[in-house]
Amino acid sequence: MASNILGILFDGLAYGSLLFLIGVGLSITMGLMNFINLAHGTFAMAGGYISASLSQRSGLPFLATLPVAFVGAGLFGLVAERLLFRRLYKAPHLDQVLFTFGFVLSSIAAAHYFFGAGQQMGVMPSFLQGQIRVYGIDLGRYRLLLIACVGLITLALHLILSKTRFGAQVRAAVDNQDAAAGLGINVGLIFSLCFALGTGLAGLGGALGIEVLGLDPGFPLKYMVYFLLVVVVGGAGTIRGPLIAAMILGVFDVAGKYYVPQAGAFIIYVLMIVLLLAFPTGLGGKRA
Amino acid sequence: MSPRSSAIERLASPRPRPVEVLAWLLPALAFFLVPDNLALGVSIMTYAVAVLALDLVLGYAGIVSLGHAAFFGVGAYTAGLLAVQGWKEPLTGLLLAGAVSLALGFLASFLVVRGKDLTRLMVTLAIGLVVYELANRLSSVTGGMDGLSGFEIGPIFGVFSFDLYGRTAWWYVYGVLILVFVLLRLVVSSPFGLSLRAIREGVSRMPALGASVDQRLRIAFTLSAGVTGIAGGLLAQTTQFVGIDSLSVGRSADFLVMLVLGGTGRLYGALIGTTVFMIAHDYLADMNPVYWEFWMGLLLMAVVLFARGGIVGAGRRLLQTVKTKFARAAP
Repeated sequence: MASNILGILFDGLAYGSLLFLIGVGLSITMGLMNFINLAHGTFAMAGGYISASLSQRSGLPFLATLPVAFVGAGLFGLVAERLLFRRLYKAPHLDQVLFTFGFVLSSIAAAHYFFGAGQQMGVMPSFLQGQIRVYGIDLGRYRLLLIACVGLITLALHLILSKTRFGAQVRAAVDNQDAAAGLGINVGLIFSLCFALGTGLAGLGGALGIEVLGLDPGFPLKYMVYFLLVVVVGGAGTIRGPLIAAMILGVFDVAGKYYVPQAGAFIIYVLMIVLLLAFPTGLGGKRA
Repeated sequence: MSPRSSAIERLASPRPRPVEVLAWLLPALAFFLVPDNLALGVSIMTYAVAVLALDLVLGYAGIVSLGHAAFFGVGAYTAGLLAVQGWKEPLTGLLLAGAVSLALGFLASFLVVRGKDLTRLMVTLAIGLVVYELANRLSSVTGGMDGLSGFEIGPIFGVFSFDLYGRTAWWYVYGVLILVFVLLRLVVSSPFGLSLRAIREGVSRMPALGASVDQRLRIAFTLSAGVTGIAGGLLAQTTQFVGIDSLSVGRSADFLVMLVLGGTGRLYGALIGTTVFMIAHDYLADMNPVYWEFWMGLLLMAVVLFARGGIVGAGRRLLQTVKTKFARAAP
């Protein structure tokens, strides 16, 4: 029983780290520009499709496709931000919601057109399949890789934000955009770079998560709520808040599906309402 | 009277202008001109009721709701279940459908008014998802994925029974639409409606004037939920079927698109947007639904970027340009 609980906790953490990996970029960009972006899942989906089609068609090993997914999704994000999203930073929230929602709808149809309606299968190398026994608990190798990857990336993000010049500029822009601009920081450029980085991470998450989250054209809409939840519950503009929120969501979702399967997605939605009402400004957020 | 005070008069007056009365005769004309496609007219007017209700919340009170299908579906299921249980009288059934949605909207409104834009969006979305899941799980009552069917609706006033061609349904929905429009017109031109607009324009100033913002938003949300429930009830009664997709997020999104297409914050925007959307949907129905989604997404983006205020907003701007041109041409 105890090992069972630990096993679920482990799966939940793996799921949560994936949600965090995809959601963290959204948190930074939402915190920076107060821009409501429902289309973040589209970039995760793009990364997933890049990885899947590379490993299926050109036989590239799964791990080698991950950097390509990161760069590809990041470039896609950069182009979309430069051409489209930046026009809406000053627009009312309703316009942002509608525009990004339209973007999601179109991207779903485009993915359907190019890749078909079916689920994509990742080609997992054999050393990632199966489980390792640690102190009597079976840990999936693939999920271990997930947690390790996300741990490393979180550390790297933390170091970038707290130690580098770029990180200091980002923090300054999040805290007070006008004052940062007044000090000569190119806020527009900072934002474009953050958007590219965030969408790149989302693409990496989409590629890494093919086995856990699945990948089909409906992906951006299916997980939209989860990504937004990570940000809203965690509080936009931080790293720690979304990390905690993603872990809570991951564990509750996995545990709920295991212990009360008949309740289905119910638990997560009720949890969402409770968390939103308890923390209207997010767990670690400075802004509403 | 100065032009300024006459503008205020018009803003606050619910009295119809002659041209509006003529415009409201158009649907009646359509009944005689296109008698073989009455079903489309019925569904346009049904959805128009829901979109009008959404306009009250979104266009006037400024709350972005992605969960209005919850109230629509609850109204539809209420009307459908009443008929299944043998309550076949349509008018009381419709009122009960509205009342149940009103009650649900009242409860939901306490959750919705907490937090800011994004939190509100998420809470309404969550309410929609919870209600959908609930209907899905209670399939012994709601019929689950198969939907609710096999019920009959009694004649209106005990005289006019629903016919196969949808003639009775057509006049029934037309009547309800006019009543709802008049009601909402009275609401938005009342001091209450003006205060909603004031809240939308500047939330922080209203408490300084002594107005309770949360209470007003709650009233608007509750009322909107009730009217949306009536639209759901109309759908159930006229089609004699309730599908679970009437509760889905996709349906909420459809309402939003129809409203934005026509123009928010103008009741006629809701009517025109719904009509254009539904006719386009009907013509393009043969198209693969996936591609319909693509064009809808593109249209949404284009409206936001290039046509703020939707069709009505664009039309008004065009009229303004023409007027100034003429004024210049004939000094």
